[in-house]
Formats: sequence, C-alpha cells, structure tokens
Amino acid sequence: MDEIDRALIVATQGGLPLVLRPYEVIAGKVRISETEVMTRLKSLLDSGMIRRIGAVPNHYAIGWTANGMTVWDVADEQVDRLGAVVGALSFVTHCYRRPRALPAWPYNLFAMVHGSSRDECSAKAEEIRLLLGDACRANDILYSTKILKKTGLRIGG
Amino acid sequence: MPELDAVDRQIIDKLQGEFPLCERPYAAVAARLGISEDDLLMRLERLLADKVLTRFGPMFQIERMGGAFVLAALAAPEARYEEVTALVNALPQVAHNYRREHQLNMWFVLATETQDGIGAAISRIEADTGLAVYAFPKEREFFVEMKLEARV
Repeated sequence: MDEIDRALIVATQGGLPLVLRPYEVIAGKVRISETEVMTRLKSLLDSGMIRRIGAVPNHYAIGWTANGMTVWDVADEQVDRLGAVVGALSFVTHCYRRPRALPAWPYNLFAMVHGSSRDECSAKAEEIRLLLGDACRANDILYSTKILKKTGLRIGG
Repeated sequence: MPELDAVDRQIIDKLQGEFPLCERPYAAVAARLGISEDDLLMRLERLLADKVLTRFGPMFQIERMGGAFVLAALAAPEARYEEVTALVNALPQVAHNYRREHQLNMWFVLATETQDGIGAAISRIEADTGLAVYAFPKEREFFVEMKLEARV
C-alpha cells in the first residue's frame, strides 16, 4: 500500500459517491485517472485489503431484530478445532477466538447469530452448545439492544 | 422502520458485494436488477437517508495494511450511559458501538491505522470516562461473512 492507496481509502471510507461515474469523482479527489482508481481498487480487493465493495445494511431495519453475540468458555486445547466447526455453521456470521479477561470474562470463543426473535437466536445458540459438548464449560448470549454507532473505519485525511 | 418494497429488498440482497469496477457501475447493477440507473441511485440515497443501509462502499481490512481492529467493552453505569456513549463515540477510532445486555453493557470496535493506535484509543477512553476498558483482540478468525438477506 502506498500514499495513493491511502488517499483512496480516505476518499472512499465514508462511502462511494451516488453519481453516474463514482470512480471519476474519486479520481478527482485523489488526483489520479478514473482507470487508475478502478485498477487500484481491484488490486486492493485481490490482496484482501478491501473485503468487499457494496451495501452495509442495518440488521434491525431489514428484519433481523434479534442479534446475539454468543460467547463460550472452551477448553484451550480444543478451541481452534471447535472454532472452525462453529464458524462453518451457516447461521454464524462472525466467529473468533479472543482472550479471556478473568475473572470478569471467562469466554474465549465468540460467534454472532441473528434472528427475527430471541427464540430464534437461542435455538441457534443451542445448536452451537450441542456441537461444543463437554469442551464448553460456560456460555452466555449478549443481545444488542441498540446500535450506538456504525460508521466503519475512519482514518485521518 | 421504513417500508421496503421488492426492489429495495433486491438491492439490499444483491448489493452486499461485488459492486462492479467499471465507468458506470450503477448502470451495470441497475440493468441486472431490471431498473433504471436513476431509480437505483434514488433508492440508494433513500435507503441511506432512512438508515436501512449504514453505508455503501468498500469495506477495508485495516489489519492487512498494518492497522488493527479490536473489540472492546466497558461497564457503563446506567445513570451515565448517554454521557459515556457520547464520549466513546466521539473518537473517530470507534467504528461501531453496540449496547448489549450484560454487566459489560457497551461493546465497540476500535479501528486504527497502526497497532499502537489501539492502546492510545483505549487510554483515551479510560481517561475520558473514568471506566476500565476490556480489550478482546482477535487471536484467530474462523469465519466472517456478514451478509444477511432482507426479511421484511
């Protein structure tokens, strides 16, 4: 990544312009050609620096009103194998291993589940619990009750 | 919540990735959806204004560029919840923030351009709020594919 890529991030992190030729508008801001904007975005996508280009919906507004962060205390020697299994479930949108913060926080595996109701989320959590079996010592589900902020990355211009 | 019609739902479902890299990308998407380019642009403007979409554009993986994304949480006393929210949200490094039902009742993601930026942001939040911040950096990512179809 060079200075021009960085300038491209600053120019697009707030979103793409909603105009007929959005890449031309970005090109004007970054002072490169429209073609170069597209080429650079393509290589940022190919290298994984951009995960994807598209719309980010507000879950609540599109009917996913129950959003639960399921958290699990899984035996250290099994968490990587089981994390991969949980991550492969079709209804899990994010799955990570994270450090515990003892004694306040004993959980080391995090998996996000979504539904139209809390019952739907807890049924999904129950599927995860069955998969984890005895390797799981404790678990919880933290429902989100409000989006306080959702702007995404903002680096300085 | 604003009402969505069938075309809005198509836009939400089909436009969560693979936005084309060509001179007239909206025209290309509109053609696929069977609507006009102007209609697509107007609908995207409306969906963003109504906060059905929170943004439209590239999603960056700052970690691949030397930066960091870290999940963090704090326990805000109920009486101070709004004040603490304002203090936390004031930092541009706070990319997302959710209220959750738990003793740790505020969960946010810090996104910074450098690894050092995370520690600095956490210190700043602790100083501004007087509350302890718990950091949960990811040690391993098993799966991330945040694509949910419209259900309404």
